[in-house]
Parts: sequence; C-alpha cells; structure tokens
Amino acid sequence: MTMDADYLELADVRVVFDGFVAVDGVSMTVLQGDLRFLIGPNGAGKTTLVDAITGLAPATGSVRFGRTELIGKKVHRIARLGVGRTFQTASVFEELTVLQNLDIAAGAGRPALSLLRRRSSVPPAVEEAMDTVGLTSQRDRQAGALAHGQKQWLEIGMLLVQNARVLLLDEPVAGMSAEERVQTGELLRRIGAERTVVVVEHDMDFMRSFATSVTVLHAGKVLSAGTVAQVQADPKVQEVYLGRAEVTG
Amino acid sequence: MQALFSQLVAGLSLGSVLLLAALGLALTFGQMGVINMAHGEFMMAGAYTAFVAQGLIADAGTSLLLAIPLGFLVGGVMGVVLEATLIRRMYHRPLDTLLVTWGVSLILQQAARDIFGAPNVDVRAPSWLSGSVNIGVTHVPAARLFILVLAVGAVVGLSLLLKMTALGRRIRGVVQNRDLAETVGISTRSTDRLTFFIGSGLAGIAGVALTLLGSTGPTLGTSYIVDAFLVVVAGGIGQIKGAVIAAFGLGLLQATFEYSTTASVAKVMVFVVVVVFLQIRPQGIFSVRTRSLA
Amino acid sequence: MTDTSAQISGKNKRSYPSFLGFALGAVALLVVAPAVLSDFRLSLLGRFVCYGIVAVGIGLAWGRGGMLTLGQGVFFGLGGYVMAIHLKLADAGPSGVPDFMRLYGSGRLPIWWEPFRSPVVTLLGVVLIPSLVAFGLGAAIFRRRVRGAYFAILSQALAAAFAILLIGQQTTTGGTNGLNGFRSFFGFNLFDPVNKRMLFFIAAVTLLVMLAIVWQLYRSRYGELLIAVRDQEERIRFLGYDPANIKVVAYVLAAAMAGIAGALFVPIVGIISPASVGVVPSIAFLIGVAIGGRATLFGPALGAIVVAWAQTTLSESFPSFWSYFQGALFVLVIAFLPAGLSSVNLLRNPLRRAGDLTESFPPSPPTRSADAVSLAPPEPGFSEVSAGSEGGG
Repeated sequence: MTMDADYLELADVRVVFDGFVAVDGVSMTVLQGDLRFLIGPNGAGKTTLVDAITGLAPATGSVRFGRTELIGKKVHRIARLGVGRTFQTASVFEELTVLQNLDIAAGAGRPALSLLRRRSSVPPAVEEAMDTVGLTSQRDRQAGALAHGQKQWLEIGMLLVQNARVLLLDEPVAGMSAEERVQTGELLRRIGAERTVVVVEHDMDFMRSFATSVTVLHAGKVLSAGTVAQVQADPKVQEVYLGRAEVTG
Repeated sequence: MQALFSQLVAGLSLGSVLLLAALGLALTFGQMGVINMAHGEFMMAGAYTAFVAQGLIADAGTSLLLAIPLGFLVGGVMGVVLEATLIRRMYHRPLDTLLVTWGVSLILQQAARDIFGAPNVDVRAPSWLSGSVNIGVTHVPAARLFILVLAVGAVVGLSLLLKMTALGRRIRGVVQNRDLAETVGISTRSTDRLTFFIGSGLAGIAGVALTLLGSTGPTLGTSYIVDAFLVVVAGGIGQIKGAVIAAFGLGLLQATFEYSTTASVAKVMVFVVVVVFLQIRPQGIFSVRTRSLA
Repeated sequence: MTDTSAQISGKNKRSYPSFLGFALGAVALLVVAPAVLSDFRLSLLGRFVCYGIVAVGIGLAWGRGGMLTLGQGVFFGLGGYVMAIHLKLADAGPSGVPDFMRLYGSGRLPIWWEPFRSPVVTLLGVVLIPSLVAFGLGAAIFRRRVRGAYFAILSQALAAAFAILLIGQQTTTGGTNGLNGFRSFFGFNLFDPVNKRMLFFIAAVTLLVMLAIVWQLYRSRYGELLIAVRDQEERIRFLGYDPANIKVVAYVLAAAMAGIAGALFVPIVGIISPASVGVVPSIAFLIGVAIGGRATLFGPALGAIVVAWAQTTLSESFPSFWSYFQGALFVLVIAFLPAGLSSVNLLRNPLRRAGDLTESFPPSPPTRSADAVSLAPPEPGFSEVSAGSEGGG
C-alpha cells in the first residue's frame, strides 16, 4: 500500500436501534483497487453497515477514510469527502433527465451563486461518466422513464461524477438480466481499479465472478473474510448458508 | 401559593381541552400520516349535536350525557365517510390530503351556517356543572373539572382499546409498519376505516365538551385545529402518551405565559417554544422507532 | 429520438413559450386592462395582481420545492403592516401620531414605529423583515429535517400566532380593525384616480419582474436542484448537498415576494388587518396556485388572479355559494387534478405534449433508506409538470 492510496478502515462499528443490535462490532479494511463484496443472510446488517459508513445510521466505533474519521459527520459532509453510495431501490431524480441527474451529482462543490445560472455547457466529467455507464444515447430522457438496470447505471454514473473515491453499492444488480449483470460487473471492475469499492450483494454467481475479496456478515458480526475460495471453504459460512435457497444463487 | 395553584388548574384545564381535541388527530395522523383539517369541523359537529340534543330533551344533564355518545357517533360517521370517499384515494399524498380536507372543512362550515345560522348558539350547562368545586387550595369550575375527567376517560379508554383488543393490536401493527402488517394479513383497509371512526368520534366528544366552555358557532373547529395539530407535532406520532404530555405541557406553558404577559403574546411564546423544542427533538416527544427511522 | 431531444434541450430550449407568455402577460396587464377596465375594476385587478405575486412565491416554494407553506399570510402581513405604518406616519406628519393611537391608547408612538418614518427603511423593511423571519424559521426547521406535514403545520401555527398577536395589540397595530384610512403614498394623493392607476401599473410590473426572477431560477441549475430536493430530499445529501440550504433560499424568496405583495396591497386596497393575514387567508392563497398548476411558471399567478376575480364576482351575489364552491375547488382540483388545469391545457405544443406523455412514468415508491424519515413521499401524478415545463399555463 502506497502512502497516497485510499483505504476504508472500520474498527468495532456498532449500530443499535432501541436495544436491537443491528451491527455488532464490525471491523474490516478495504483497500483501493479492491472489489470487496459484503454478503450475508437477510438481516445480517449489510445495509445498516453502509448506512453507518455514510452517516445515515447513528453508529459508534470508528470508520476511517484515509486519516479522516467519518463517524459523527453529517451525511452531506461525508459525501463531500468522497464517500458515495447507491441504494437497493434505484433512487434517481425521476423527473429530471439523465444529463440533469449527472450534472447535479457533479455539482456539490459549485459556488452558490453559479447555481443561479443556466448550465451553459455539459461538464466534461459528465460526458465521460455518461459514456462510461453507457447512457449517452439516453441523456435527455427523464430518469423515471429508464429501465431498471439503466437507473442503477445512472446511479453509478452519479457516483463517478461526484468524484467518489469510496463506492458503496447496495445490491447493484438486483432485478437485472444476466447480460446486464455481466455488463455491470465489468463496469465495476473498470472503475474499481482506482477506487475503493464495497458491493452489498445477494447474488452469489455475481460475487464469484467479480469479487476480489469477500466479507461475510451474520447477525451483525463478521463471520468470515478472505478471498472467494477461502470464504466458500469456511465451515461457518457453509453452516449459515446451508439450505438458504435465496442466497445460494 | 394560591396563585400558583390557580395557574396549575388553568393549565391543566386548557391542557385537557387540547388533549380532547388532539387525541383523535394523534390517532389518525399517527396511523395514516394523514392530516385531517376537517377534524375541527367534526368537533363542531359534536358541539351542534349537543345543541340539538338539548332541543329534544329538556333536562340539561340527561341531554349532555346522551350527547357524548351521540357526538362520538356523529363525528365517527363523518370521519368514515371522509375516509372512504377521499382520504383513501390519496394515501400517498399526505400534503395534498391536508388541502383536500381543508376544502371539506370549508364546505362543512358553510353547511353549519346554512343549517344553524351564522350566529353562535348556546348549550345550557346542567346545574351540577354550573358551580365550582372547592379542591382545598382553590376553586375549580365544575365544567372544567368535568372536561378533565372526560379527557382522562378518553385517554384511558383509547389506551385500553389499543392494548387489550384485537383491533388495538392491528392498529399498533399498522402504525409501526404498514407494509409488514399488510403482508402478515392485517387488512389495513378496515383497520384504517375503524381508526378513522374512533379518531373522528373523539373529535365529536371534544365538541360536546366545548359547549360547556362557550358558545358554539360554525368556526368553532378553526379556533382549535391549529393548537391541536401543534400538540400532535410536539407529542410525536404513533403514541398516545406523547399527545398527553404535549397537551398538558402546552396548556401549562400557555397558562404560565398568560400569567406574566397577555393571552396573545403567550400564544406566540408557546409557538416559539414548540419550534425550539423541535430543534432538540425533531420527531416530537415520542416516536415509533423502526429500523428505517434512522 | 436522440437528435430531436438534444435539440430541444439545447441552449434555447423551451424559451419561446415563456417569452410568448411574458409578452401576453405584459400586454394584457399593461395595455388591455387599463384600456377596458373602469378605475374601480382596475383597482380591483390591482388587488388580484398582489395575490398573484404571493402565488408566484408559493409556486416556487410549494410547486417546485415541495414545501407546503400554509403561512404566507404572515409574510404578506409583515410587508403590508410595514408599509401601512409608514403611510400612517406620513399622513400624521413629522413627529405626528396616527389618529387611532390617540383614540385607543396613550397617544404616544411605540418605539418600534419610529424607524418606519423613513421611506428607505420602509422599503428595505418590506423585503427584509419577511425574509429574515422566513430565514430564521426555515433555517431552524429545515436543518433539523422537520418537513412535510410538520413544516405545513408549523407554518400554519405561525399564521395563527401572528394574527392573534396583531389582534391583541389594539393600541399599536389597530387590533382587529387593522390599519386603514391612508391619504397619501410617498407624497402622492391616494384619492387621485391618476395615482391609483399608477399603483396598478407598479403592481403589474412587479408581478412581471417576479415572474422573470422565478423564470430564471427554474432554468438555472438551482431550479433543477430544487426539484431534486422536492422529490428525493434524502438522496441529495449523499451527493454532498445540504438540502436545508436549497430549501431556505426558495422559502425566503417566497416570503420576500409575499412581503412585497402586502406592501403593494396596502395603498391599493386601503387597509391591512388580521383578516388578511391569518390561517384562513393563508390557505386561500393556495387554491389559485393549485388550479393554475403549482409547478408551472405562469400557472400560479394566473390561477390566483382568476380565483380572486371569481370570488369577488360570485361572493357579491351568492355569498353562501362561494364558500361551497371554494371548498369544492380544493377537493376536486387537489384530489383529481394535482397538476392543475395546466395538465388539461391545450396551449402547449402538442408535439412536446406527446413526447412528455410517452416518457411519463409515475415515480416508483420511495426507497427504504433514503426516504424513511420523510413524512412526505414524492407525489405521484406529476410527470406532466416536468423540469422543463416553463411554458405551461
């Protein structure tokens, strides 16, 4: 690991809702260029962990992005530090066009007064992201009219123009066709080389094809971590997953 | 000491009125996220029910005691009709529901004006409520004591209903997680309708109670609805105890401020207190916490 | 498909209908109305134009920003009372005391009246006082993520508190009677018909200027952000924005517009009283906005003027009928035509209309994490009033 490479380091992260422990002391480190998959049965605390990292769920412990502590910071501050996420249900701005969605995502750092002007030209980063996620031909469509997979890609595109260096993707391929899954996986590989990527996923085939490392959560705790092969060989993981049709993929 | 106690009594009395007005709202708002602006007009309907009852039965005591269940029924039926015709269709548009029910309240007010006339009407209090009761330290008007008892009774009754009955469990299930309740087979449709019946019925009872404090007119509801909503906002949604604490809290505050300033300045100060309070607890005193309510 | 839409969204996209709208509005208000209306009717229209200015602000805050503000009467009243205080003082002459204060009170001027002897302070106050109140309230409650229904209720409570406060201060604000009986406006005699016509022109031009301001906002990146905040307030945080700031701007602008409208209302109508600022008039402002199309550019002002006109005409002859009618309007328009009459309007370019329809999807249900704390999920049925529908209405 070089000095200027990014990494995300979680130490003893806990999230408690009214006595219910959703995340129970999770520690893990994700390095730049890693494509880390976060798997686990329903209710394991995967999404809550992402919520904790991005400031949505109140958490204790430590989440460090490089040298910066994220816990206790507001959601939009964390986003400005370069931590971006997507949601299980694609949440794009349905009434705005693809271009407008991306332009908003690119604009958090714009000076306030410049917002009062019209967009005179499309920022190069937006063009580039549109091209990367393959939505250039859809630029003037309302995002609400996009197909499900396209919405997920638009969200990933928004993360790119947002200049996110940590990408937290919550079930990015849910509801996608097999072909779209492969496209998404290749996209993640492409963009993941110079970023820190965490993917929450239920789809085991998708994980096997694209994960470089895996963390298995169970009941709010880390059950196992390592490469795909290591995790699959772990008897604890097999026990948790045995007979669970929905996750055996 | 004497002054302190009369403050306390004034505050509790005001609080009990607020509570009666807000209890039904807290129920419907909590369950469906629906803001029913016509709630005040259901109160007005309850008040006019007491007026009509007195026209039919000469004895003021009997007519009042009869008006309480009747007012509940009148308010409840109006609520169910409103729910079935409009609110049901607008479940995903809570803000628009607010405006639609405002329109309903305009219509109901004008209907009252056309039926009962624009001038206010008076309901005679029975003799046993017209005096005042000596509670040792100070004297309390019997009517205000009666309203306090009525409010406490309504809270106890509603709590028992929610805790002990199958309907209550269904209501609490829907408040906490509507989608989940639906998937485990609770008919949210009929639960909503019954909730609306009870909530609006409570407004009717509140209206009957208000006839003991002053005269009844078409705009009776408008003068209480804003305060009632403030109670709901401060109390937090989904739990009765929030509404109880907020109602008595705001009542006592109002009485205290009135003591040192004027009624109108006190009102503004109460509003400021609520806004400041929401800075500390944006969800109100209590709120149903679910996993998603981060 | 791509080529044509790219063209449409090019530099001059959808400007022409707006220009046409401005031109029509200017001609109707500045040329036709003064030519065909009697002095009395023109003054009446001037009053409606004031409501139209309030409506432009409500369209911005509610239609585009999703903030259901039920308390615009407060800002209208603040602007109106500031202007009325100045006019009363000007009528009373230097170091004079307004008539009603000698009648009901000690005859001494309250200290906070003094600054409004100055015309400059008055004009600044008309804009700044409503803006500051809106900023204070908005910053406090938006920052704490109090929104949706809670915001609506608080804004309504503000209106109630304000009206009660005014009524309680008989000796300094005129109480229920309000302030009235103004004789001059910045040195111009208010009984002179020429000056009254002048007031109408000032109001009409102000309305057009406010529309121009909002038009620029809707075209700007800010306008896009505001829609994004309206539909997915939580999502925008994850892109690095604080939605509170975005909302405060729209809310403050709406308040300033209401304040200016109130200040124009005072010399045109000749009275400001708690009856024009409380809960009921504050909600009444909304119906015109809803009818005209809350998220459109011209709809809110047009709707407000038409509703006010109808109210005056109908309630003169059928007072009871008007109450039923107004109630029914709220029910029917909000429940069944949430996009207002603009959604059935045929003036819009039919080609674009067809395009919009094919691309219209109702928004999907809110996502769990992003919208969980929101009391106001995005409202369906808005696909017609899309980002670029400046031309509608």
